[in-house]
Amino acid sequence: MDAYLTSLLTFVAINVTLALGLNLITGFCGQVSLGHAAFFGAGAYAAALVTTAGHPFALGLLAAMATAGVLGLVVGLASLRVREDFLAITTMGAGFLFLGFVRKQEWLGGEFGIPGIRPPFGPEGMAILAVASALLVWAAGIAVRRSWMGRIFLAIARDEEAASSLGIDTARFKLAAFLLGTVSAGLAGAVYAHVVQLIVPDAFGFIQSITILAMVVVGGIGSNLGAVAGAVLLTLLPEMFRFVDTYKLLVYGGLLILVMHLSPDGLVGIARRLLGAVRR
Amino acid sequence: MSLLEIREVSRAFGGVVAVDRVSLAVEPGAFLGLIGPNGAGKTTLLRLTCGLERPDGGSIRFDGRDVTRLPPHRRAQRGLVLTHQVVRPFRDLTLTDNVLLGAAREFGRDPLRALATFAYRDRRAEAEALLARVGIADFAGRTAAEVPLGILKRMQIARALATGPRLLLLDEPLAGLNQTEARAIGDLLTRLHDEGLTLVLIEHNLAEVLRIARRLAVLDRGRLLAEGEPEAVMRDPAVRRAYLGEAA
Ligand SMILES: Nc1ncnc2c1ncn2[C@@H]1O[C@H](COP(=O)(O)OP(=O)(O)O)[C@@H](O)[C@H]1O
Ligand SMILES: [Mg+2]
Repeated sequence: MDAYLTSLLTFVAINVTLALGLNLITGFCGQVSLGHAAFFGAGAYAAALVTTAGHPFALGLLAAMATAGVLGLVVGLASLRVREDFLAITTMGAGFLFLGFVRKQEWLGGEFGIPGIRPPFGPEGMAILAVASALLVWAAGIAVRRSWMGRIFLAIARDEEAASSLGIDTARFKLAAFLLGTVSAGLAGAVYAHVVQLIVPDAFGFIQSITILAMVVVGGIGSNLGAVAGAVLLTLLPEMFRFVDTYKLLVYGGLLILVMHLSPDGLVGIARRLLGAVRR
Repeated sequence: MSLLEIREVSRAFGGVVAVDRVSLAVEPGAFLGLIGPNGAGKTTLLRLTCGLERPDGGSIRFDGRDVTRLPPHRRAQRGLVLTHQVVRPFRDLTLTDNVLLGAAREFGRDPLRALATFAYRDRRAEAEALLARVGIADFAGRTAAEVPLGILKRMQIARALATGPRLLLLDEPLAGLNQTEARAIGDLLTRLHDEGLTLVLIEHNLAEVLRIARRLAVLDRGRLLAEGEPEAVMRDPAVRRAYLGEAA
């Protein structure tokens, strides 16, 4: 395959993994997160540390998922203590905290990050790995959706007090959502680090968090297919229109607001309505 | 032994003492009407009972165990279940799916089991049976957003029944309904009671409470004014004063 297309496919797949993971937290369980990139970063750094120390890539993958998952549980626990409307600020703060911490750590390369990360496979191999990761998280998303967990997430997202009145331990399920979503982000981070081979703190900042959230919302919040569609679209958009890359925060922030106002259920909602209209 | 034992429970919001050292016991098989003027603290008392509010003082025992510090889902797990004053349906779900969520109690503390369990076909039948039991089987496939309040009030009772309650706390299930609808739900509650369910009912519609409840408790400004047989309670001078005072 053409080198450009291979790399494009890889990044699409990484973003799909991220969006599907965030969709579990924000889409299904209704817990807004403005710091998803931090878990992506935690995975990237953990995996890079492990493999640059000479350990096998598989160990890096595990370390990435474990690190991101543990951080996810910590942020999840912190979020249980705040009122719903402060969740956005808490998760955003966690993102800034992560970045501030990494920037000051010499053993993480500070501002310059970690160079010389050796990929376990060639570009095609890495593309396959990225796609496999995306498919794995997609399968997990479908399993959640179809199981009692998905129903319970939905109840919590709609009305937490009513859910707890029905005997649902909302705290435990919110933590489960954070865990699943952040482990997915860790997986994406490990793959990403070994694709780009040099990671810097800035790749995991607020703009990246907003980008992932925009993918979920634009695609259709609470839908696996929506997360995939949103991730594909928002990855390709800056490739097609260079200005989008320059004004990412502006464009994605604007898209977020636009979609929430015009079609809160995103592209998937628009498609559903169009299909409905055609059938009628 | 009483099924529910509320002892000296208080709760204040800022300067307002919503519930003031209330003690109240509910026996197994009871049907208790909880009445009192607006703002008397009825809703707060039930929210304290099911754990949605924490008391400033006092204790609550359910089925012989102290539940004062238990979160609401743990109390619901034990069968202490509230239906809210303002109906809270999951609006985009069908009535069947709404009722089905009552069965989530079984997985409510175990995310792993919840993730591993896909099948809810047989439970769907159970949910539909509950809808039939409260008399709204015809609306099973409609979303909660599409049906009128009277149907939602019944759905909420069905959803509470799906959790397998041992004590059902109902906060104004008849409010906002016309006389016929209110009477029909009153009959439904009587039937549930006859089938063995213990009920506590907050209700403004005095005629309907007196028709269906077997015991009465009266709250006024956070204090328990009287508790006992309905006729005796209604003859109580303090109760008459509170009610006539409100009517004047
Ligand atoms: N969450 C709250 N915050 C502040 N005040 C409250 C709250 N809940 C109830 N109150 C106050 O407590 C008193 C009792 O209210 P409530 O229990 O709803 O009465 P009732 O259900 O008998 O009408 C009222 O004065 C009400 O304004
Ligand atoms: Mg009330």
